[in-house]
Formats: sequence, structure tokens, C-alpha cells
Amino acid sequence: MTTITAAPARRARRSARTGHGASLLTLLAWAVGLLFVAPAAWMVLTSLHSESAAATNPPSLGAPLTLQGYQEFFGGQNPWPPLINSAMASVFSTVLVLLLAIPAAYALSIKPVRKARDVLFFFLSTKMLPVVAGLLPIYLVAQRLGALDNINFLVLLYASMNLPIAVWMMRSFLAEVPVEVLEAAAIDGASLFTVMRRVIVPLTSPGIAATALICFIFSWNELLFARVLTGVVAGTAPVFLTGFVTSQGLFLAKVCAAAVAISLPVLVAGFAAQDKLVQGLSLGAVK
Amino acid sequence: MNAVSVPDRTRSRQRPPDRSAVAVARASAWARRLPLLPALVFMIVVTQLPFVVTLGISFMRWNALYPDDIGFAGVSNFVTVLTDPALRSSVWTTIVLTVTVVLVSLVLGLAIALLLDRSFRGRGIVRTMVIAPFLIVPVASALVWKHALLNPEYGLINGVLTWLWSVLGLGPAPQPDWVSDLPLVSVEAALIWQWTPFMMLILLAGLTSRPLDVVEAATVDGAGSWAIFRYLTLPHLRRYLELGALLGSIYIVQNFDAVFTITSGGLGTANLPYTIYQTFFAAHDYGQASAAGVIVVIATIVIANFALRTVSSLLKEEGR
Repeated sequence: MTTITAAPARRARRSARTGHGASLLTLLAWAVGLLFVAPAAWMVLTSLHSESAAATNPPSLGAPLTLQGYQEFFGGQNPWPPLINSAMASVFSTVLVLLLAIPAAYALSIKPVRKARDVLFFFLSTKMLPVVAGLLPIYLVAQRLGALDNINFLVLLYASMNLPIAVWMMRSFLAEVPVEVLEAAAIDGASLFTVMRRVIVPLTSPGIAATALICFIFSWNELLFARVLTGVVAGTAPVFLTGFVTSQGLFLAKVCAAAVAISLPVLVAGFAAQDKLVQGLSLGAVK
Repeated sequence: MNAVSVPDRTRSRQRPPDRSAVAVARASAWARRLPLLPALVFMIVVTQLPFVVTLGISFMRWNALYPDDIGFAGVSNFVTVLTDPALRSSVWTTIVLTVTVVLVSLVLGLAIALLLDRSFRGRGIVRTMVIAPFLIVPVASALVWKHALLNPEYGLINGVLTWLWSVLGLGPAPQPDWVSDLPLVSVEAALIWQWTPFMMLILLAGLTSRPLDVVEAATVDGAGSWAIFRYLTLPHLRRYLELGALLGSIYIVQNFDAVFTITSGGLGTANLPYTIYQTFFAAHDYGQASAAGVIVVIATIVIANFALRTVSSLLKEEGR
């Protein structure tokens, strides 16, 4: 009761004291927001300009909009195979990660094995070892196995890249499953598999969604492995984008169209799940 | 239930040896481990074995261009790597790049989080606008910075300079060639733009979890906003700042995309990941590349040891 009345009173007092300051801060917040979105907005706007309007100084903001850049991008060197490769690598590796991470998190959280803490830190420590240091042996193994330029090999690597994050996140989500529910399931004599499928997965589905989102984004964005291990057949969207690094001439609208098109899945997924993004990025430590 | 059963089981183990009880305990320990094993084995095979192989190759004389001359090299690869000025400068570049990007995006992220930790009109929209940079594929973002923003002739930044100077009637505007003149700053700017939203999100979550009654009590006691920030907000945010710095460092130390795209490692911006990548894909020297990799791993272990302690303390505060 007291807390309910106190909060508005305090807010009123504060805003009365600093009315001008508050509107100034609001203005500043908007300015910062616009500044941060400006490069992204410029990317989108340029992608909708003609090549000649895209490369002007000073910038032509009001130039007529056109889909030429997108037509150039989709009509040039076919971007669909890399986009499909990226989708496959991201989706399959995310599924693999979840299949491995949910049981592992169960064994590290709900019915912890001995030294569960050490195992958790082992997972996290693999994230700190620089990818480049293991890249050469991975390349040599792929070469021997004939797995170069093969999307399945990339799926395995992306799974290993995201598994530690997923285990940490899922562990923090599983820790919130009410003990009574698990006890009830145990009394009913449910097997481990049944408990997973019937109790844990339904109860933690928001957490699983957050984990899947993060794994998908990281896999979709990955460049180093893909650049080293794939070529014409299994090249992913980021590798395709690197083709524009040294481009010359009138191509700015096309580059921006490519950047927008390839970022779109991540942008849509990320905006739809902003709150899950925070949870995921902090490994579930921030709720 | 789980919290109770763990100590129970360990106690039963210390009882006088009853063979069947030991067998049951062992079986149940394995039943506990079973769901963990696939993930653990997978991680060890995919991430640990390659490092063991790297360690082996680092002591070998092995250049892909001379396939007949492969043999044991002793520590000569390490000597070459440690005395190679290019590699030493890339160590320095990595440190400068990581520290600058992490610190600047932490400070900016904190400022923006404080701005957003109030209710005002359009708060959700501003938050969404600030998050946008983090949701653009890193290569795409680096390409846009290189071509659409930093380009000296038609980039947005020089375009805005031209426009500002002509509006203010200042004569010809300065048109710096950003990537050539300030290569490292260009890479840093693109990375800071991408990572500030990340820091902001973590710190905003920290601010939201701040107990307001303490702040209220302090206000009643007549504490000013600076005092509240310095003595209440900042200490509360400490673990969030540490978390942001830790996670940011893990990713930025390993950055490859921005360096590769914006400067292609030229003009003194080659960091360690880029240099190692170059050593085995341009110079084909597997031995040297591996030695460099081993040195990076040792350095990382030292840093990670410190970092893991931070996370460990976070875990303790979390209580489970």
C-alpha cells in the first residue's frame, strides 16, 4: 500500500523539480537514437536510390526511390545459393545445438552431476579460445575427409561455436522450472526422455526460443570459418558479401541492397525478440 | 528435491562399503552424467583436439609450398614468430583495438542506458533505433561503413561535412580520406557503432533491476543525483559493467570481419586473427601459423583466467 502511493508521489516531485532538465534529456535521447540509426537508415535509403543518385556529395536525400539496386543484386551473380546455404547452416546448427544443450543443461542444473560447476566453466572457456588458433587443424582435417566446401561440416563447427552459450543460457532457464513439477513427474515414474519432452521443453519454451535466436544470429553472421572452409558450392551469405570488398565504380546502391537483403533475417528476428536478445547475450545472467 | 538429494547421495558414499549400495550409487552417477555426455564429448572433439594438433604442428617445419620438406623444427617457429615485427605489431594492434572498442562502447552504452532509464515519449522507438546497429550482419555493416560512410568522394560523412560547410558559408569543407588517414580509427568506429547497443542492453537491464527503495531513501536523505549515481547506481552496475566488458572482449579480440572488410589488414590494422589467417592462407607456413596460434592461446588463457573469475563471482551472487 505504502509503496503504491510512494512511487507516483516521488515521480511527481522529481518531474516538478526538473521539468526543463527532463525535456532536455528526452531531446538528447532522441538525438542519440537518431545518430545510431543514421548509418543503418542511410544504408536502406541508398539501397533504394539509383546508382547515380547514391554516389553524390553532398548526399541527395530526396532522390526518387527505385528498386534498381535490388534488381541488380538479385539479377547479378545469383545470391540465392549463398542465402540458402546460410539458412541451412544456421537452422541445422541451431537444432543440433538445442538437441545437445538441453540435456546437458539438465545434467548441470536440475540433477547436477558432480563438478557441474567445473563443466560449466569448461564450456565457457572454449568460447575464450581464439577460433583462429584451431583453424589450421580444422582445415587440414576437412581437407583429408573431403569435407571442404561442405555445408554439413560448417553445421558442426557452428554448433561447437554456439553450444557453450546455449548450455549457459539453458542452465539459467532450467533453474527456474518449479521443483514441485519435477517431483510430480518423478513420482509418476516418468523417464528422463518423457520429463524432457513433456515437462522441461514446454515450461522453458521462451528460454529455448531466446537460445535459438542467439544461435541463429551468430551462425548467420559468421565469416571466418565460412571463408576458410567453403567455396563455390557451400559459400554462405557473408562470404558472398566479401565479394564487394574491393568493388569499384557505380555499385553503391547494389552494395547497400545486398547488405540490407542479407541482414534482413537477423533484423526481423532481433526486433521481434528484443528482450530475449538481452537474456541471450548475457548468457542468461541478465533477465 | 534436487537440492536435498545431492548431499544425501554423497553422504551415502561415505558409509561403510556396502557393495550393492556402491554399485547403485555408481549407476545413478552415470544416469546423471548421461544427458551431459553427448555435448561434452562433442565439445572436446571439435574444440580441444584441434588445439592439440596445433600444438604439435607448431614444433614442425611445414610449409604447404614445400611438401617434401616436413620435419621437426624444435622451437624455431616460436623464435621466428616472437621476433617477427609484423606479428608483434599485430599483438599491439589487437590490444589497442580491443581496449578502445570495449571501453568506448561501455561508456557510451552506460550514457545511453542512463538516458533510456526514464519514462519519456517514444522510449521504445529510441531503444529500437539504438539496437539497430547490432542487428546488421557484421560484414554488411563493415561494407556500409567502408563504401557508404567513409568513402572520401561520396561517403555520407564527407557529404554531411560539405553540406554543413555550405550551410554555414565556411568555404570548401574538409574532405579527409578516413580509411587511409585514420585506418585504425575507422575500424574502431564501425565496431563501436556495432557494440555500443550490446553494452547498452546489458547495462539497461542492470539499471532496471536496481532496487528503487534505496534510491528513494537516499533522495529523502537529500543525496544529489551525482551522489546517487556515484555511490548507489555505479556500485550496483559493477557486475553488469564487468559482464559487458568480458563478453565484449571475448568477441572483439577475435574480430576478423571488420579488419578484413574495411582495411584488408593494411595500414597497421592487422590484428592477430587477421595475421594468423594471412600466415597460413597467403604464406602457407603451417608451422609458423600454428606457433602464432599457440602463443595466442597462452595469452588468452592468462586473460581468460582473470575473466572467468569475474563470471565465477557473478555466479556466486546469483546463488545457484
